[in-house]
Amino acid sequence: MTGDLRDGRIVIVGASLAGLRAAETLRDEGFTGSLTVVGDEPCPPYDRPPLSKQVLLGQAAADTTGLPMRRDPDADWLLGVRATGLDPLGKRVMLADGESLSYDRLLIATGTRARPWPNPEEAALDGVFTLRTRDDAAGLAERLAAGPQRVLVVGGGFTGSEIASACRERGLDVTVTERGPAPLVGALGGTLSKLAAVMQRNHGVDLRCGVTITALRGDGNGRFIGAELSDGSRIDADVCVAALGAIRNVEWLADSGLAAGPRGIACDAGCRAFNMYGIVTDDVFVAGDVSRFPHPLFGYQMLSLEHWGNAVAQAEVAAHNMVNPGPLRRPHLALPTFWSTQFGLNIKSVGVPTFSDHVVIAQGSLEARRLTMVYGYQGRVTAAVTVNMAKSLDYYTHLIETAASFPPPPGAADRAIAADIPIPSDVPDPKQLSHGPTVALTGYLPDRRLTVVQPTG
Amino acid sequence: MRIVVDLTRCQGYAQCVFLAPEVFQLHGEEGLLYAPAVADGQAERVREAAAACPVQAILVGEEVSAGDR
Repeated sequence: MTGDLRDGRIVIVGASLAGLRAAETLRDEGFTGSLTVVGDEPCPPYDRPPLSKQVLLGQAAADTTGLPMRRDPDADWLLGVRATGLDPLGKRVMLADGESLSYDRLLIATGTRARPWPNPEEAALDGVFTLRTRDDAAGLAERLAAGPQRVLVVGGGFTGSEIASACRERGLDVTVTERGPAPLVGALGGTLSKLAAVMQRNHGVDLRCGVTITALRGDGNGRFIGAELSDGSRIDADVCVAALGAIRNVEWLADSGLAAGPRGIACDAGCRAFNMYGIVTDDVFVAGDVSRFPHPLFGYQMLSLEHWGNAVAQAEVAAHNMVNPGPLRRPHLALPTFWSTQFGLNIKSVGVPTFSDHVVIAQGSLEARRLTMVYGYQGRVTAAVTVNMAKSLDYYTHLIETAASFPPPPGAADRAIAADIPIPSDVPDPKQLSHGPTVALTGYLPDRRLTVVQPTG
Repeated sequence: MRIVVDLTRCQGYAQCVFLAPEVFQLHGEEGLLYAPAVADGQAERVREAAAACPVQAILVGEEVSAGDR
């Protein structure tokens, strides 16, 4: 059996970070069969985090972020070809060029794409961008280098905030609009979102929260010239970036019978896809942003993550499990982890901050712009976020993995415990935000009541 | 030659910034920015930086080449 699994034909759909790392791991694990990687973008796998940082700052060209290989995966790369369908019974992937590929085992790593501005005519205006791909970044960087009068960023999530930070660093005027109460609130909750708002304003961002854009305006010749806001005000700008979160690339699986929907493809902890009846498959695996998987530390809720580290870790587990029989398979239990660099702050997170009811500042302070915020749910540590304190993160990772009590015990703090009174974590319903939270609980927010008791007497 | 830094792992020790300052730069107190494409003249310094990284977060290698398609 083991010999069979190390041979045969494996197809990976998705040629980005997860697809590349899975292909390398398959060979590391001794897979000697044929390996094909399909990607809809024409270029080899590249790294996306620099696109909103180095590339927008003009420090690196958009076409230089190609990912280094750990080893040559000896794969056939079908690049610039979109997968259009899946026949799980006949074990075939249909491609946009009319061809199809047969497989013994399939890995789906199709990731996400940027959510476009919802009005197609306005989205097509010259000067309106999204930021997800290398081409997006090249076009936007070129516009920023030309010195626009003002940049409008719609959505105050991590991508929108990093774009605004790059604009200010280049000396460009920038307006950020966010439907929610503050930037980053979807991922970090109320207290840190207030710090994010202060940092943006201190760096000269025209930040407008609690508003939406009702229309993007053109000049009659197809050029973007500004926007109208829900509070009746108008903004004049010549570049607009819609940073409205991500859409899972699952449409091609609509007729496949897999459990694929707007929140991703449901899979088990071993990265095996579920079909729509909730029966786990044994030859279709999922990894990266397009997956949705259960995590025991967070109530076995299905998590949807848009994180670099998760794409790598899950790809490695999926690849291992594709070439090993049942008892040797591993679960994907890595803690969600992400980082963001913006406005001179290095923000790092471990765990699931939205899986929380209270927070404490365990080290540092908001005033110092250097702190560790610990998130708890029902008396146990579930997440930690550091601001310019990355070296502390490992300690809190250990607390989360061991379900340590919340607030964290003395020894975790470098300041008087009397100051550490837990306050509500204040996590909003993501439906109220312009931006996606990038670490999403796809079941329920644990501090919400799910039933309402209405006395009848 | 291409590099990618696992910034999930990076803790801002900045050894790479000392060893290859033309490739790695601190952005703020501990955020790291780097040039993903390494010029030939910097290759040796970048290899030293990768070896010196206390958390081994720097991956050095070649990208998938178009010839493999």
